[in-house]
Amino acid sequence: MSPETKSTIKKVLQYIGVHRFQLAASIVFAGASVALTLWIPLLIGRAIDCIIDAGKVDFALIKGYLLKIAIAALATALLQWLMNTVNNKITFEVVRDIRDEAFRKIEKLPLGYIDSHSYGETVSRVIADVDTFADGLLMGFTNLFTGVVTILGTLVFMLLLHPGITAVVVIMTPISLFVAKYISTHTHDMFKLQSETRGQQTAFIDEMVNNQKVVQAFCHEDENMTEFDEINARLSKYSLRATFFSSLTNPGTRFVNNIVYAAVALVGACAAINGSITAGILSSFLSYVNQYTKPFNEISGVITELQNALTCAGRIFELIGQPAQVSDEGNPALESVRGEVALKDVSFSYVPEVSLIEHLNLNVRHGKRVAIVGPTGCGKTTLINLLMRFYDVNEGSISVDGSDIREVTRHSLRKNYGMVLQETWLKNGTVRENLCMGKPDATEEEMITAAKASHAHSFIKRLPQGYDTQLSEDGGSLSQGQKQLLCIARVMLCLPPMLILDEATSSIDTRTELKIQDAFARMMKGRTSFIVAHRLSTVRDADIILVMKDGHIIEQGNHSTLLQKGGFYSKLYYSQFDG
Amino acid sequence: MYKLLRFLKDYKKESILGPLFKLLEASFELLVPLVVAAIIDKGIGGADRGYTVKMCLLLTGLGVVGLISSVTAQFFAAKAAVGFAEKVRHALFKHIQSLSYSDIDSLGTSTLVTRMTSDMNQVQYGVNMTLRLLLRSPFVVFGAMIMAFTVDAKAALTFVVTIPLLSVVVFGIMLVCIPLYRKVQEKLDGVLLSTRENLTGVRVIRAFCKEEEETQRFLDRNEALTDAQKFVGRISALMNPVTLVIINGSIIALIYIGALRVNQGIITQGAVVALYNYMSQILVELIKLANLIISVTKSIACGNRIESVLEIQPSMTFPSEAEAKQGDSSCEYTVEFRHADLRYGTSNENALTDIDFRVKRGETVGVIGGTGSGKSSLVNMIPRFYDAFAGEVLVDGVNVREYTRGALREKVGMVPQKAVLFKGTIRDNMRWGNPGASDEEIHAAIATAQASEVVAGKQGGLDYVIAQGGKNLSGGQRQRLTIARALVKKPEILILDDSASALDFATDAALRKAIKAMEGSPTVFIVSQRAASIAHADRIIVLDDGKIVGMGKHDALLESCEVYREIYHSQFSTEKNGKEGAK
Repeated sequence: MSPETKSTIKKVLQYIGVHRFQLAASIVFAGASVALTLWIPLLIGRAIDCIIDAGKVDFALIKGYLLKIAIAALATALLQWLMNTVNNKITFEVVRDIRDEAFRKIEKLPLGYIDSHSYGETVSRVIADVDTFADGLLMGFTNLFTGVVTILGTLVFMLLLHPGITAVVVIMTPISLFVAKYISTHTHDMFKLQSETRGQQTAFIDEMVNNQKVVQAFCHEDENMTEFDEINARLSKYSLRATFFSSLTNPGTRFVNNIVYAAVALVGACAAINGSITAGILSSFLSYVNQYTKPFNEISGVITELQNALTCAGRIFELIGQPAQVSDEGNPALESVRGEVALKDVSFSYVPEVSLIEHLNLNVRHGKRVAIVGPTGCGKTTLINLLMRFYDVNEGSISVDGSDIREVTRHSLRKNYGMVLQETWLKNGTVRENLCMGKPDATEEEMITAAKASHAHSFIKRLPQGYDTQLSEDGGSLSQGQKQLLCIARVMLCLPPMLILDEATSSIDTRTELKIQDAFARMMKGRTSFIVAHRLSTVRDADIILVMKDGHIIEQGNHSTLLQKGGFYSKLYYSQFDG
Repeated sequence: MYKLLRFLKDYKKESILGPLFKLLEASFELLVPLVVAAIIDKGIGGADRGYTVKMCLLLTGLGVVGLISSVTAQFFAAKAAVGFAEKVRHALFKHIQSLSYSDIDSLGTSTLVTRMTSDMNQVQYGVNMTLRLLLRSPFVVFGAMIMAFTVDAKAALTFVVTIPLLSVVVFGIMLVCIPLYRKVQEKLDGVLLSTRENLTGVRVIRAFCKEEEETQRFLDRNEALTDAQKFVGRISALMNPVTLVIINGSIIALIYIGALRVNQGIITQGAVVALYNYMSQILVELIKLANLIISVTKSIACGNRIESVLEIQPSMTFPSEAEAKQGDSSCEYTVEFRHADLRYGTSNENALTDIDFRVKRGETVGVIGGTGSGKSSLVNMIPRFYDAFAGEVLVDGVNVREYTRGALREKVGMVPQKAVLFKGTIRDNMRWGNPGASDEEIHAAIATAQASEVVAGKQGGLDYVIAQGGKNLSGGQRQRLTIARALVKKPEILILDDSASALDFATDAALRKAIKAMEGSPTVFIVSQRAASIAHADRIIVLDDGKIVGMGKHDALLESCEVYREIYHSQFSTEKNGKEGAK
């Protein structure tokens, strides 16, 4: 067993450990129900021995045995039901706990992880992998444990009946185990391959289905189909291997069992001819052989299933085990922020090989309006990632009101920023829920005021259920501009002391924008604001305009000084009037 | 689910042979109790060792034949199930690709993804198990009954009572569980949605410090899922215990009746043992059947969900190759709108009303208007992403409804608002426009799209691998590459749907110049909110609230169209002065 498997098992056990009382109960129920199940064939054998020949049937004894069988059957049924219920409970709760933890981890993952892993893959870990794990675990509980108990119990009962025949059974059954083990070790890799290919396919589906519109616009359906079919065929190949070879376990072990059955029949019949056992005992023995070997079948089935489950569990634990972002526990909260932001000698890059921002210095006084302009890819959005502490700087420091943002809590930092991004993201929920995201206790009036200020009120009113309209995934039928208006209203409602507007109005028409500008101006008054914009009309009134290129600030000043300078900014600025 | 089974038709041989070999195996199993009865009556009763040995060899022989049959059966079952799943996935993916824009709007994509992944796996498992066991189990059950009748008809009547009783229990529980499993799956969708949302919206969620709230929301959904799972678990957990009670009740009856019959001298002790063994076989098989039914039930639920997606009729149909018309590329007007209206979904309000204009070959058309004025809707009608509700849209003199999908979209190069790139190299992405494009052609398109420096700045140039969703590129870089992608296609009609919004003005202007200078001079539609981007167009269409309120050249519109004037002044009121001042 590899060390990873070991640590996976250990982690699974930890989750199960929480339910140890239920587990103990389950074990007791299983033990008791198995014992009773085993007692029944014995009783039946005895009853059969009372039926010898015409006129030689002992009805009084038979009735006694039959009554016992009835009681045993009822008790077994009850115990089985209890056991199943408890097992269900343990499994589903363990799975719930794992999912909860995985989700909690997602909430704490560094942005670097999320940006560099496909959503589909992570989702597949939390959903599909955990599901497979649940199936395996449930089977493990129901079959593995009862299986083991049945084996041991049968052994005891058989020994009591006839040690010699028992020896035949005990000597021959390891072959069954060997067959099962052989098959399961050989299928493990196949399952892994299957699960990896499945992951690839899920990622592909996720990407293409989510962007179906672009696919259709480019008539790329056929190419997609080809690529999909290629993955699909590969998956099919691996699936066939994994499914077929793992399904050999049952026939293989059943064959061994049949041999054992024949051997017991032979030895038992000879013993019966010698008179050392009765025909009834032989009959009990034969049903024990069935019961004794069946759990081997099941256990071997469970083992393959469990292996599959462990592979999946490994993948989900890998997610859970990802290092979380640097903890900010114990850091003080930023309080009554004025909005003095300073960047000291900041360097940052996403990947070490490609430097992006280098030795950036910037001091922003309270209430100032900073506009950042520059060609695409110059590091504007990265700067915002750093200000919000989505990423940590590699070198240097960023401080707000003199405190290094790494030494305060993230929440208190982010609560003090109002952010509108170009990539409009709305959550699944009503318009109201989305607007009140930053201020859940906002009154109806406050909300409508904010919506009106951002000129979203009129279109919201026209939605089927107004503010209670359910927005589907990522805003669904709303236009890009409408989504952006909602994002602006969302920030206008909570009004934190610092603002970040990253292309906040890029999808809004200028007539509407002009109308919002007033509201923006009011909003920015007394608030430190960072504005990233292409539309230079939105930048003109900024106190400081930073012109960035390749991660550096190449020009700095206000609109008129920069124009006079006749540098990069003025080039950018005049280019908008060229045809 | 039923209709999904047509995907098994290429695996007819496997789907028949699989169960058949299983039945063969089962038949051998059914012979075993008879052999054992013979051992007890003749071997033990007659103290005949030779006979006993012979019978035991027969048992071994039955085992060997059983093994061969069942390995064969497993292979055919696995092959059919896996092949079936491959076909269904293929069909499903193909179907999703055929859905129209409005279908996708209303379905939502995360459900589609679950259908194709976890639902599909469950169905594959279900088909495999069904082929292996679904026939076998009833066969053994009824086979055992028939064999019992050959042993002793009167005692075998117990089987006649037991089997229906068991069936009622098994199927009753199953019927109760089906809708419950559906509910479980719905709850799982909720959990999936939460997970996805927290990945795609991570920045906003963290910016608003919503981690705890989102976690709570997830916990609630997950708890609801767990509750639903436990509930259905409790009910399905009834199956085994109840069947156990019934079977043991029958065994009690069987032994009692057997005892009476033996006492009357009608049957032997060995026969009673055989009857009992048959009854035990029933129990074993029924437990298997019950478990199988649970997983098949789950699979059917998943299968139905898949089928419901497959059954959605694409809301737009295209004529076949034979029926389709060809556009006349010498026709004077490339694009013509004739009093076209557009409505979305089931809405009864027009998104566009009475759009009527004609565009000459090679013209550049600017489309401008406020948010929600219908600019995107208008251009989306040209490649027929949405159909006109009234009136018609013509491309090269032919109604767009009369083109095949491929022929129409071949003519149109679309740069959508949302700049989407796909996992793969830049070259792969560029070839979306034209699978046979050479590197020179790609570089030319990239240069026109002002993206040369983007490509040059990436390691490997065209071989640079773009991550899923283009996450390793900035918004502006993505946008320029999506423009290049459309240019690689060398379309007759190029539509830039507000696709220069992330570009700075210098790049935007250079882009427009380069497009103008392109060979083959395509007809260009530029949708924009920036007056600067469209001011030099041959014709500007001004939209307001879904209607054309002005059309013409920049200078004329400034004179005549109030909306245009407003838009223009909102952007240029002071710049103009600034420009003049600087010169």
